[in-house]
Amino acid sequence: MTHNLSSPISEEAIRELKVGDQVLISGTVFTGRDAVHKYLHDGGELPDGVNLDGGILYHCGPVVLRDENDEWKVTAAGPTTSIREEPYQGDIMKQFGIRGVIGKGGMADKTLAACQEHGAVYLHAIGGAAQVLAECITRVRDVHMLEEFGSPEAIWEFEVQDFPAVVTMDSHGESLHKDILAKSEDALAQRH
Amino acid sequence: MSRLSESLIELIRRTSVEIPDDVQSAILRGMEQEKEGTIAKSALEIIERNIDLAKRKSQPVCQDTGCILFYVDCPVGLDQVEFEQEAREAVKEATQLGYLRQNSVDSITGKNDGTNVGPGSPNLHFHQHASDDIAVRLVLKGGGCENVGLQFALPNTQLSAGRDLDGCRKVILEAVHQAQGKGCGPGILGVCIGGDRASGYELSKREFLRKLDDRNSDPKLDELEQDILRTANELGIGPMGFGGKTTLLGVKIGTANRVPASYFVSVSYMCWAFRRHGAMLASDGEITGWLY
Repeated sequence: MTHNLSSPISEEAIRELKVGDQVLISGTVFTGRDAVHKYLHDGGELPDGVNLDGGILYHCGPVVLRDENDEWKVTAAGPTTSIREEPYQGDIMKQFGIRGVIGKGGMADKTLAACQEHGAVYLHAIGGAAQVLAECITRVRDVHMLEEFGSPEAIWEFEVQDFPAVVTMDSHGESLHKDILAKSEDALAQRH
Repeated sequence: MSRLSESLIELIRRTSVEIPDDVQSAILRGMEQEKEGTIAKSALEIIERNIDLAKRKSQPVCQDTGCILFYVDCPVGLDQVEFEQEAREAVKEATQLGYLRQNSVDSITGKNDGTNVGPGSPNLHFHQHASDDIAVRLVLKGGGCENVGLQFALPNTQLSAGRDLDGCRKVILEAVHQAQGKGCGPGILGVCIGGDRASGYELSKREFLRKLDDRNSDPKLDELEQDILRTANELGIGPMGFGGKTTLLGVKIGTANRVPASYFVSVSYMCWAFRRHGAMLASDGEITGWLY
């Protein structure tokens, strides 16, 4: 089943989503990866203009160039591996009111528990699909902390249209990643 | 800009934006095997669309343009100092042009100067041979797949893996299992049995220079490669770890002698966005042919 999602997202809308649902995301998305997570978790404040309440955070370090009119242009923007943010994600999600995290590879128990408690989902985008996903970014609204963190680690504010992802961790305690890990472990044990 | 530098920029461009034919064919075969309507199938369809789009737009297949690994086979007498300097210039320029992301960070200060040039970047491996040919191969290996690589020391009690090919099989399959979808599967494994800790990983990556459809000339290793490929694809991990039949696209295994006390199995994982190309160069640096 395919759902359309756009921020700000209500808790009710998030609770309707189940593992395996495909979603198309439109509206505002903020990027944030390793440096941003550590910074926020260490007590750093969100820069002015960044509001994650009901919002979507994208684990992504894009390639962004200046075009001929000196406007930012995203030329590649797939997800990065999310598990590195596991120590921080659950707390940050709750503290800033994030409803959706886009990434790849899935996350673990702490984030899954936060999704259930707070009402949030993990949205798996296709890793490496930097061109298909960059085409869904219709505009770069702004960039924050570019100087401090460098381009791949900065907070980019994107406007997206029909950005495809799959719910792999929902707000009911279900995780496709846990499920596949357990099944593949059994399958492997039988083949030793 | 020198002819050599221009050629290297073109090699970087091509590597970053075009998936080699052998890899794309393997992805298409995987797509045919996945069931209609599954998220595994839909993931591979997006991947296929992405490959076409990157080539058409001449933009990076994946935004993580990775570690920059050059493998240079050259005649005796090639000026390696100059070659390395030209390669650094080419990397800087390719970064400005957007073929490479600003991807190189000072490990202590966290500073990213945006050039992709610094200690250890780019990484060049020279090999002199008794021929006038210059062959330059380039692998761009992203961090997601690099992070799921593993090195085992045999025997491994936990996995009941002894110092033989069955032990190697067990730990290699364990690496596939631990990687799940985190390395952007369907993946390709490069493995080295033996060597020391450094040469083991180095040689495991060198296996990525082989074409996916080649067969190992050692019958025992060939059998192990085919066995691991078949078995991994029965584990149900699938593209991106979504479940499905396509967990790996290929397995390449090489060996190096070891000291009696050590028995390392080094496993490097390459994502589906397997960026590897190579060019033959004339002595003035001009590209005379492509290798993949």
